[in-house]
Amino acid sequence: MFKRIDTLIAPLVAVAFSVLFGSIILLVFGANPIETFIRMIDYASTPRSMTLILNSATTYYFSAVAVAIGFKMNLFNIGVNGQYRLATAVAALVAGYITFPGYLGIVVIIAISMLVGAAWAGIAAWLKVARGVSEVISTIMLNFIAIGLIAYLMAPTVLGVKTAENVIGTPIIPAGNRFPGVSLPTAPIPVYGMIFLAVALGFGYWYLLNRTRFGFDLRAVGMSPSAAVASGVNVKRMTVYAMLLSGAVAGLVGLPLLLGAQYTFTVNFPGNYGFTGIAIALLGRNHPVGIAFGALLWAFLDVSAQILDLTGVPREIIVIMQGVIVLSVVIAYEVTRRVKVRRQQAAVGSAGQ
Amino acid sequence: MTAVLSILKSGASRKVKFLALFIAVLATLSLVRMWADVLDLTSRGTISAALGLAVPIGLAGLGGLWAERAGVVNIGLEGMMILGTFGAGWLGWQYGPWAGLLGAILFGLLGGGIFALATVTFGVDQIIAGTAINILGLGFAQFFAKIAFSKAPGGGPTQSPSISALPTFTFDRLSDPLVSLHGKGYFIISELAGLISGVFFRLSILTVFSAGLFAATAFILWRTPFGLRLRSVGENPHAADSLGVNVYLYKYIGVLTSGVMAALGGAFLAIAASGVYREGQTGGRGFIGLATMIFGNWRPGGTAIGAGLFGYIDALRLRDANGTAMRAIVLLGALALIVLAILAIRKKRYQVVFGLGITAAVLISWFLLTTALPREVALVAPYLATLLVLAFASQRLRPPAADGIPYRKGESK
Amino acid sequence: MLAVELQGIWKRFPGVIANSNINLKVEQGSVHAIVGENGAGKSTLMKILYGMQRADEGTISVNGKIVEFDSPSDSIEVGIGMVHQHFMLADNFTVLENVVLGSEPTKAGSIDFAAAKSRISEISDSYGLEIDADALVGDLGVGDRQRVEILKVLYRGARILILDEPTAVLVPHEVDELFEALRGLKSEGITVIFISHKLDEVLQIADEITVIRRGTTVATLNQKTQTVTAEQLAELMVGSELPTPETRGSTVTEQVVLLVSELTSVNSDGKAEISDLSFKIHAGEILGIAGVEGNGQSELVEAIMGTRAATGSIWINDQDASKLGTRKRRELGVAYIPEDRSRLALLLDAPLWENRILGHQTQAPNAKGIRLTPKLTKMDTKRIIQEFDVRTPGIDVLASALSGGNQQKFIVGREMSGNPILLIASHPTRGVDVGAQAAIWDELRAAREKGLAVLLISADLDELIGMSDSIKVILRGKFVADADPATVTPQQLGNAMTGALKAAN
Repeated sequence: MFKRIDTLIAPLVAVAFSVLFGSIILLVFGANPIETFIRMIDYASTPRSMTLILNSATTYYFSAVAVAIGFKMNLFNIGVNGQYRLATAVAALVAGYITFPGYLGIVVIIAISMLVGAAWAGIAAWLKVARGVSEVISTIMLNFIAIGLIAYLMAPTVLGVKTAENVIGTPIIPAGNRFPGVSLPTAPIPVYGMIFLAVALGFGYWYLLNRTRFGFDLRAVGMSPSAAVASGVNVKRMTVYAMLLSGAVAGLVGLPLLLGAQYTFTVNFPGNYGFTGIAIALLGRNHPVGIAFGALLWAFLDVSAQILDLTGVPREIIVIMQGVIVLSVVIAYEVTRRVKVRRQQAAVGSAGQ
Repeated sequence: MTAVLSILKSGASRKVKFLALFIAVLATLSLVRMWADVLDLTSRGTISAALGLAVPIGLAGLGGLWAERAGVVNIGLEGMMILGTFGAGWLGWQYGPWAGLLGAILFGLLGGGIFALATVTFGVDQIIAGTAINILGLGFAQFFAKIAFSKAPGGGPTQSPSISALPTFTFDRLSDPLVSLHGKGYFIISELAGLISGVFFRLSILTVFSAGLFAATAFILWRTPFGLRLRSVGENPHAADSLGVNVYLYKYIGVLTSGVMAALGGAFLAIAASGVYREGQTGGRGFIGLATMIFGNWRPGGTAIGAGLFGYIDALRLRDANGTAMRAIVLLGALALIVLAILAIRKKRYQVVFGLGITAAVLISWFLLTTALPREVALVAPYLATLLVLAFASQRLRPPAADGIPYRKGESK
Repeated sequence: MLAVELQGIWKRFPGVIANSNINLKVEQGSVHAIVGENGAGKSTLMKILYGMQRADEGTISVNGKIVEFDSPSDSIEVGIGMVHQHFMLADNFTVLENVVLGSEPTKAGSIDFAAAKSRISEISDSYGLEIDADALVGDLGVGDRQRVEILKVLYRGARILILDEPTAVLVPHEVDELFEALRGLKSEGITVIFISHKLDEVLQIADEITVIRRGTTVATLNQKTQTVTAEQLAELMVGSELPTPETRGSTVTEQVVLLVSELTSVNSDGKAEISDLSFKIHAGEILGIAGVEGNGQSELVEAIMGTRAATGSIWINDQDASKLGTRKRRELGVAYIPEDRSRLALLLDAPLWENRILGHQTQAPNAKGIRLTPKLTKMDTKRIIQEFDVRTPGIDVLASALSGGNQQKFIVGREMSGNPILLIASHPTRGVDVGAQAAIWDELRAAREKGLAVLLISADLDELIGMSDSIKVILRGKFVADADPATVTPQQLGNAMTGALKAAN
């Protein structure tokens, strides 16, 4: 029970600090913070907003799980952005150009997307294992290379088309290749059907990590590479597997939006879910349930921020609050860790060894 | 080419080596210009544009260098740069460009200060803290831009009113005749003419100032006791501590300077390049700066060359109407790989030779089989180059030994 | 004139007395060695003398004046310099940069490289420490790095040098070069305090030798006025009380469980950590490896476990295991108690029951196929806790919360599970309390009777003699002697370990 409280303390402190920080900014600009937050919650409680929150959270969840898989063994997959963008672009091209019978299309599209994501992450894995290149740097580079590659693929002379709004993108995906959604009562828009895939992924992620040998080896490397080696884990191989897995999950990030709402990949497709995923994975301590709460909180802030412009405060205050959350959550983790270590050292010292 | 290599290997003085390398680069450019038939490769416009594009990238790289030399990996450069663009725009449109520079410096200190607090005082993971700075910097600039510029004359929620321009220098007497000389297409001479005319064409005082920052960084970090101590903190903080160096202090100085440099890069974008603050103006240049610093082996000279190269490629992309310049880039890339491969043969590293050789062969055949290439080549080239350097020349890279490792006094390793 | 005098130094840590009533007199311009076994309290003493720790009681005098040190900078002030066992150097810096860091000569705001260089060459000339000031430290060998460390200290004007186990990392000819340099320093009036446990080296270089045993100074011998022998030192180090090796029946069988031949492993500098080691262990046999730490024991263990690259062959139970990975070797029935338990045998941030899985990921009761079986693991963890008397509030606490002795009992229990045929045990009772020690010994004896083959590495000579069926002595990566535990004494063994005698039997 104490363990639970210990792990919850840091994120709670971080969120509280961020709310405090946001309140101060609101006060400085003449808005009543309590009133503002109440309005945000009111706005977020409408069926439409709730649908939007669930939809955003679905996307964030995929991204955060992709990041968390890496984190679990101290790998830093900064490349989720590049992996999902490239994966979504390729998936959108396949979905836009080819019609499949029945639900086969959805299966094929998801599979292709995951493969592309894994392959793109695999380059970073190879560079790390074979050439000793830090995955942080290589994935940053690969993000930009992915952007160039997508720009090339989307050129009207190559595979892209001009969409209705005169934006360059992929052909509109036919109905058979779309992922059906479910609607909340009285909501004007449907919830992404892929939310169920996210739930399944969360369970699968938990099962893999906690109930399989593979997951144990992966976590062992993350906790202590030396002990993992002594226990017979091939660390290089695990690095490759973890990176591929992370990339495969990253491949899912863009699909809810693509197959559930937008039905085309344009050059304006949102490109920063990867960094959001890092923040949410941190907030949720890489735990499938924690990540779910983190994703919902993030999505709530994003959606409810829409109302802020009406109150005269720029809604970007939410981005500041999100940044404050990330920074204070890592500081809070570090501080609680140090307190814990000191407590343990004191205990061990008095025990005589 | 081998002649140049042997000069570089020989005991010749640094000046001679530099000159040899410079002439070799010009000769290569010249050959590529002729072979690919792209006169614009070394024209005044290209060089001048390249310089303007290189400065913000280079300053970001210099920012990365200051932090990493003190042992702190800074992937928050982008966020700090954004803060710089805002600071420059905010004070710049009201009180003029010089005040804009001051604003950028102040906001750079803010970004660097928060980053230092997290990474040095609290010792949190530097990559995570950098990510947070990127989010914070963006949110901060967007939020305050809306407040500061929405009601300003000529401004909007995502854009500041225009900032008055800083003086630029144009040496027409020197530049114009050189332009016509360049047009003649002489071997090497035209390249030299294009280069000089480009440098002295609408030269911004900020560009000169930035070059000064590079020189000052090189001098301070490698020639003064202060610099030695700052670098020692990035190499082995425990050793530095045992000799009485205040590790935390030097890390703070490194990270704060890093913030200022990156923010000045942002200021250049706002003041010199466009004359306004605009949302999304940095376009990932903080990350490119990080790449140039790695490309430049964590040294000011190397970073400058890297920034020049990246700026040059970007300039070619912007000016390339028909894709022929992209062909030239591919050819240049292939030649660079061949040089690296020759070096690797001498070191008997055949696996590397194989990798480089294959890549070079692919690039050359791509060059030969096409008449024009997509402009995206230029989008990808800098990052690909950095990855190739990391993958095949990492033995020659010397990052600070304690780069990225949080330091706690008394806790060894 | 005394350079350093320590009187009545006491230092206590929670539960441990590191130094008790230390008295030490060091003559100016002499080489004074301090010898003692590992854990005798040498390092603590030197940390006190260098200002890294404060003594609880006692006084320190330097050059006749009583001093108090709050930090190393205070001791540097009075001319004491320390060369740490683990070098404090920046690899990417030149020798010059490393030496001048923190006290750089300047000219017009920038470092006066010329002045620094001439001062360095002045020092290195007068003390015979040849070194290229412009060389990159990363390119230097170990011996050269040590010279840089000494240079650093001298550059800051030290007249009293503390060298902590300076020869531990050196090969023989480097040791000779170091001694040559130390003699040069001595002739210039520098005082050298030399900490070591290598008796032959101490006898070679020291004017006076102080022996520390169990935290206190037991004797100071002067090589100028008397003849000192290695046997004499060994006796002082180990103490006179002799344990009576336990007499018991042999359980050694004919069946060879571990057959190692010509095992050799080279480190990244090309130095052989172990060379040409050959031996076999039978079922029911405990083979003890005696040796001063750092003579190849860890490398031997790692090579057998497959976590270090090595040439030669390893057969486990008539199977060639030389090419197998660590996991496959463990699946053959190899149990492993590593020397550094928190780094190699535990996931400190994981609950105890998950630590039951570590090293046995593929074996029952932890896994069926690729699936883990936590229920069975948890049950078995409870069994271990009971059988091996692991004191813990439960199986869900983090491994880091347990005391060292209980962690070790848990590890022993885990490794003894699943009927292993071979146990590789490195210092199995180090850092555990007396009760746990006895329990672990009982466990090892019981397993041996059931036919377990054991490779036992220990610094505790009583443990080695009491437990082993046969003993091999390792020195600089080679076996230098065999000993029969029934007849050998700790002194003889200690001599063989330090190279003072060629054979103990």
